[in-house]
Amino acid sequence: MPMINGEFRPKIVAFCCNWCSYGGADLAGSSRLSYPADVKIIRVPCSGRVNPMFILRAFERGADGVIICGCHPGDCHYSTGNYYARRRMTLLFSMLEYIGIENGRTRVEWVSAAEGVKFQATMNEFVEKVKSLGENVRLGDLRCKD
Amino acid sequence: MQGLIDRLKALLADGTVARVIGWKKGDMSYNPTPAIFNSVEDLDEFVYDGFCGANLSKMMIDATKLEGKTAVLLKPCDSYSFNQLIREHRVNRDNAYIIGIACRGKLDIERAKATGIKGITEVTGTEHDGADTVTFKTLYGDKEVAYNEIMLGRCYMCKGKEHVIADEVIGESKDTAVVDRFAQVAEIEAMSSAEKFEFFKKELSKCIRCNACRNVCPCCSCRKCVFDSTKFDSQQKANVDSFEEKMFHIIRAFHVAGRCTDCGECSRVCPQGIPLHLFNKKFIKDIDTFYGEFQAGKDPEAQSPLTAFTFEDVEPKIVSERSKG
Amino acid sequence: MQRIGVFVCHCGTNIAATVDVKKVAELVRFEPGVVHAEDYTYMCSEVGQQRIIDTVKEKNLTGIVVCSCSPRMHEATFRKCAEKAGINPYMVEIANIREHCSWIHKDMEEATEKAVILARAAIAKVNLNAPLQEGESPVTKRALVIGGGIAGIQTAIDIAEAGYPVDIVEKTPSIGGRMSQLDKTFPTLDCSSCILTPKMVEASAHPLITLHTYSEVENVSGFVGNFEVDIRKKARSVNMDKCTGCGVCMTKCPMKKVPSEFNRNLNTRTAIYTPFAQAVPNVPVIDRENCMYFKTGKCGVCSKVCQAGAVDYEQQDEIITEKYGAIVVATGFDMIKLDKFDEYAYSQSADVITSLELERIMNAAGPTSGHLERISDGKAPKNIVFIQCVGSRCNDHRGKPYCSKICCMYTAKHAMLIRDKYPDTNVTVFYIDVRTPGKNFDEFYRRAVEQYHVNYVKGQVGKVVPKADGTLDVQGVDLLDNKQIVVNADMVVLAAAIEPNPDIRKIATMLTASIDTNNFLTEAHAKLRPVESPTAGIFLSGVTQGPKDIPETVSQAGAAAVKVIGLLAKDKLKTNPCTAKCDPIACNGCSTCANVCPYGAISYEDQLVRGPGVNETRRVAVVNTALCQGCGACSASCPSGAMDLQGFSNRQLISEVDAICR
Repeated sequence: MPMINGEFRPKIVAFCCNWCSYGGADLAGSSRLSYPADVKIIRVPCSGRVNPMFILRAFERGADGVIICGCHPGDCHYSTGNYYARRRMTLLFSMLEYIGIENGRTRVEWVSAAEGVKFQATMNEFVEKVKSLGENVRLGDLRCKD
Repeated sequence: MQGLIDRLKALLADGTVARVIGWKKGDMSYNPTPAIFNSVEDLDEFVYDGFCGANLSKMMIDATKLEGKTAVLLKPCDSYSFNQLIREHRVNRDNAYIIGIACRGKLDIERAKATGIKGITEVTGTEHDGADTVTFKTLYGDKEVAYNEIMLGRCYMCKGKEHVIADEVIGESKDTAVVDRFAQVAEIEAMSSAEKFEFFKKELSKCIRCNACRNVCPCCSCRKCVFDSTKFDSQQKANVDSFEEKMFHIIRAFHVAGRCTDCGECSRVCPQGIPLHLFNKKFIKDIDTFYGEFQAGKDPEAQSPLTAFTFEDVEPKIVSERSKG
Repeated sequence: MQRIGVFVCHCGTNIAATVDVKKVAELVRFEPGVVHAEDYTYMCSEVGQQRIIDTVKEKNLTGIVVCSCSPRMHEATFRKCAEKAGINPYMVEIANIREHCSWIHKDMEEATEKAVILARAAIAKVNLNAPLQEGESPVTKRALVIGGGIAGIQTAIDIAEAGYPVDIVEKTPSIGGRMSQLDKTFPTLDCSSCILTPKMVEASAHPLITLHTYSEVENVSGFVGNFEVDIRKKARSVNMDKCTGCGVCMTKCPMKKVPSEFNRNLNTRTAIYTPFAQAVPNVPVIDRENCMYFKTGKCGVCSKVCQAGAVDYEQQDEIITEKYGAIVVATGFDMIKLDKFDEYAYSQSADVITSLELERIMNAAGPTSGHLERISDGKAPKNIVFIQCVGSRCNDHRGKPYCSKICCMYTAKHAMLIRDKYPDTNVTVFYIDVRTPGKNFDEFYRRAVEQYHVNYVKGQVGKVVPKADGTLDVQGVDLLDNKQIVVNADMVVLAAAIEPNPDIRKIATMLTASIDTNNFLTEAHAKLRPVESPTAGIFLSGVTQGPKDIPETVSQAGAAAVKVIGLLAKDKLKTNPCTAKCDPIACNGCSTCANVCPYGAISYEDQLVRGPGVNETRRVAVVNTALCQGCGACSASCPSGAMDLQGFSNRQLISEVDAICR
């Protein structure tokens, strides 16, 4: 388990849409609103761009939590991308929970470019949650073969 | 069956169709295989009985590209798959002649063997208009088993006797549903997260990646499967990599979510007996719960739930809220 | 294999104070594809950019990773720099090690480790980048302004003066907006209509400006330079070409009991009406909900008295579709509803009014013909209390967290005007702070206090209690004297918070323009691009962007106009090359992608597909790159991976995931 100073440090991948949530993360940054360094952000044009394969890939490569952030429903820069993302992620997360991956390791949050504070709070909360679940051994190991 | 064969011969003879997709006798009387019949003479090998479980709709992707019409025999549940293929522009409806054939549930030889039957030489009583009992001639004498005790698992969750698409229907089908189609899913949902994981790990670890599920699935009809391409992988891969290895079944299930008609072929063909339909059924159950009842293939015009939305859709956090409550 | 150069920026100490930039450059040096790594104080400076250009040439770089501030800040800068150096601008990736790293982490070791990971992800992505070519799209040289208040009018006039046609869509029967409701304006005290009316007439008379009053935007499609907008022109029931504006219909209309929106419901109007005397256009509308003819089928007086035969009961809503290159949002504001602030007794007493209602009372054309009177009994008030910050700077859910900005000044104006015209009236103002930044603002406020002896009390009001004698007890606290006080008043004026026009959510959704938690439209950059929306081709004018007074609104309106003119002056626009692309060999032609495309950019055609083991004609998806905006919804829905997004491809994003999870 990756530990720093005796503390578990999870690997967390955050997919942030370019128009709202990436801006929200930028605003958190310029406002010096700190959140754990465990969160690494990947910029995508839209939450609707996030292919479920990316999330599974992250887990398989050892991520302990994956969070997708996009524009609030109704505010998508591309009108509808986040609505499709909402359905896709609901079903995917439900499936992951069904095969025994704790639901706390996956999350969708709508964060606007003006919500630096919300971005920070969301990341703090999510990291705490994932930390409490510990290292993700399951999905990395849900193999077809022994 | 003779009436059916006569009808098929007539269709071929008068040129209505150029070929027929059906089943021919296998090396044993319980393993007929899908086949293409190009002439009246070919049809001598034709068979249709309780072991003809295979869903033939997928074969129509290639067949409807050929010159002339192709007749295909579809059981009620297979007709949903065909409709779904129409929706996805995968078959040419104009080149298809669909014969809806009667079904009273299909038999599972593994289930029969599990009752202790060994050394089977011949099986009788499996025709559509056959008896309520199936007779197994074996090296150790005759054994009789009730037809409805050795059906395929999926038939106990039958979608009904309606043909959602057909140019003509021959015979009357039977609705064989006796159990709730989501009962197994609900059982797993009720498990603890560790139990769920153990359950699936135990099942999935049997997988030998033979791709039978992928090959038989009428929804898994991609020209080039994503697992056979380098479209998602940052490395050029010679063979399967660990990502594919570990995630194959979840990804496959996701790719057919909202499109899967719940035909159950994946589980039927799995040589390892992995209950693969449990993935698909989970998606179907969730879709029904979250977005309203949806049966893929029922209406070829209907929008798949994953390419549709409403402003009021549930948020993904429903998953955690639900599992708490 | 790419030849990648990594350039780590110190950003002065912004990055270097928390991230060991030298170590980052050192650690990424041996990443796949990297042939050069260095750090420098200011990568975006001319010297920094020259270093990049020189290195590209010297080491034959094919890709660049800049570890610096957010790509939203300097991606364009470094792309241009790459172009100068002779490589494709889309071979540049930014690792955001400032906003997403140095500014939020304190521990140097931790921040450096994260910076290295972010750099690795960017390097992994650049390894898979491919040169992309920008396309071109034409520009419709016509602008749309939504909202016909002072902001919209000014923007439209400025654009038209530059020679481009402009349409104004205004929801109400007349242009003029909030400013037309005001009596005097601070800090000069000139008459609001006197300075607004000429602008309204100018807009109406300008050959390049088309007014669509009593109209609403119904649908918006397209993109920058090429918007297509459906405008609903609501049935006016009066033929605009025939009407002479004589006003006889309004005087004869028997239905006189309709609350006047323009006068904030303080008096009534007729069913056929213009909102105010100087309305532009001066053509009445029939309010069908209140018209006797429309309600009962009987009446028809207006039609009978109209000499011009302009009244047309059969008129229908009309939807017109127009093409525009740019859209300006100038939808303005309203005051918040006060139902959650019952302590001020607004709903209990007619003499508790909002500032905007006071404007109408003080206005010569208003319900009291400009006489300061109590609404309840028409008596002149002797004691008036103003309460500031009603719903502004409010931390709970009832109000708004922001300062409405204009209230301090208009209250000083009101107080001053009342003391000037009615010197025997006592005026008390309860305030939290008096905020007067602005040219001649503090001088103005001090005149109210020093010259007009307005009684300013620092403190908040807890409760307004209507009394049996018709007066109001205002219970407040005087913070400077540190005591509870009760002021008896004949009239209480509430400086209610302003909020964006409630229609803005709907409009923002149609425009796909982002909006903040308070429903103000978001700027492309709060400081550097304050009149542009992040959505290209959408511009912000007036209070739709944030609270502001008239001079600020007018300057911002002009600024928005300049941005629009700059856009319309171009014959062609560069289009985003990060568009979707279909690989016909893997495409099933299943239509899933087309179903999720918000732009209708995907169509299908029968194509001869040739590849390993394939040689057939079949249905495959084709992307119209002029329509594609690069959202990637199609690629996330494609099961085979045939549909991919250039610049954010499946493999690129997966490689970033891999780099982060390594």
